[in-house]
Amino acid sequence: MTRDLRILVVEADPEKAQHIIDALIEAGWQVVHAITQVSGLERSIKEHDPDIVLIDMENPDRDTLEHISAVSDTKSRTVAMFVDQTDHDLTQAAMAAGVSAYVVDGLQMNRIKPVLETAIARFQVMRKMRSELDAAKQALEDRKTIDRAKGILMRQRGMSEDAAYKLLRKTAMDQGRRVIDVAHALVTAADLLT
Amino acid sequence: MSHQVLNCGYVPLVDCAPLIIAKELGFADEEGLDLNLVRQPSWSALRDMLALGHLDAAQMLSPMPVAMSLGMGGLTAQIDCLMILSVNGTVFGASNALAAELGPLRFGDARAILTALGARGPVRIGVPFPYSMHRLLLSYWTATQPDLNAEIVTVPPTRMADAVSQGHVDAFWVGEPWGSAIVQRGVGKILMAGRDVWAFAPEKVLAARHEWVAQNPQATRKLMRAIYHAAKWLDADSNRPLAIEILGRSEHLNLAHEVIDPAVTGYLTPAPGARPLQINNFLIFHAYAAQFPWRSQAAWIAAQLGARDADIKTAMQCFRSDLYRDNLGPLGAELPGASERIEGEMHEATEVAGSRGPMILARDAFFDGTTFDFTQESDQ
Repeated sequence: MTRDLRILVVEADPEKAQHIIDALIEAGWQVVHAITQVSGLERSIKEHDPDIVLIDMENPDRDTLEHISAVSDTKSRTVAMFVDQTDHDLTQAAMAAGVSAYVVDGLQMNRIKPVLETAIARFQVMRKMRSELDAAKQALEDRKTIDRAKGILMRQRGMSEDAAYKLLRKTAMDQGRRVIDVAHALVTAADLLT
Repeated sequence: MSHQVLNCGYVPLVDCAPLIIAKELGFADEEGLDLNLVRQPSWSALRDMLALGHLDAAQMLSPMPVAMSLGMGGLTAQIDCLMILSVNGTVFGASNALAAELGPLRFGDARAILTALGARGPVRIGVPFPYSMHRLLLSYWTATQPDLNAEIVTVPPTRMADAVSQGHVDAFWVGEPWGSAIVQRGVGKILMAGRDVWAFAPEKVLAARHEWVAQNPQATRKLMRAIYHAAKWLDADSNRPLAIEILGRSEHLNLAHEVIDPAVTGYLTPAPGARPLQINNFLIFHAYAAQFPWRSQAAWIAAQLGARDADIKTAMQCFRSDLYRDNLGPLGAELPGASERIEGEMHEATEVAGSRGPMILARDAFFDGTTFDFTQESDQ
């Protein structure tokens, strides 16, 4: 299969952009560029003359790309919209992974598909990494809040650490709330009172 | 009885207020709906999510259902406009540099602003989306000034202030709060409101897939009723301070009170340090039968998008005045005698005959006095 397509990645986060570029280059495409600043998008498109533009669904700059493709005519070879239902599964997969693609008019689906599949796979990996990172950060934050709440109870009521945690847990159970929510309320109240 | 979950997409702007109020004040709950508001990062993303069935309904720019139903702009889908969510509410302004070049202009004088722009060289003007009322009004307005060389570019509203301050655009047409945000940042001035070009422009609409609407008549009716009550509540002057409070606190909007205030109260500060101006009908949610989806509004939009006669007829069918009558008539909603009218005909608020007695329609004139008669286009 010929992998001579020109691909442009629009991604504000340089690290993320590099991940996508690496994945595409590893898979055999060679002409892959990324831009982080959308203010020069039109110029970049003229300069790189891409066959496919990939953009994160979460990126608000997508509307700018949309406009450029809407006003462009096919002769100038700028991008047309991809997301159509000719390949429903692929479209849904791209959406679930959070990537949108804009493709030059008339490009064969069998040439687009491997690019999309590679991008989708990489987006999925990045999304998973991101949610794992978020979960880890959240767990750390929760731990800190619960420790502060325990500290407040230990100081104010002369409790042991174990007793303080048991009190938090009992209060949470009695009120049908999570321990972290009770701890949060206690920390907030303590902050207001000091 | 458990509530029906309904996923509704929106973009966090002041004029999504009816959706937020419907949820936060329990109007949706009263209808037995669990209204799940799903924030969208861009209009294109919202469109794809709705068209591909990830959302049941969505707030849309009024030209979007028409464009999608006519196969313009990439993704074709039969999308219905169930009702209007807001009328007017946008502003046009210039960067400090351009405003200085244009010289003193009376606020809202669409003709004078246009003449001044025409005398200047080419201008780049930012709009939020190609299929927006902003862009259609801008194109309509500038088309009357052949000397004007205007390049229209799309800039997401959240980035508009940056685009103005960096000189990427010379002028902007945005919805609130982003116009006031530009003034507050001291990088530009507001020269007029959208209503100075068209006094009664349908701005955002409640949209859903045609097929979904046909398959879910009960959910459609509940949603329309909830939004109807929310908009009615919003339009009462006495509720506005509370509305600002609720919108300001809402996790769905995440905007400061100060930037929500101008649109909701209609008091706009046109330039840094200037006195606020009261703009009549700056943003209408409910009064003057604002929520009624006139088929002639759809026709105007389609005509501006360059549609042929047959397509204009198709477009008129996506504005579901029939559903509005059926679902909201029993609530006592004002219903005009016909579902299309001559757009631009009212030069002042006028009493007309409605199907349940007299009702008042707002001024809807265009800045150049043109009228658009689409009353012959419809078969109904």
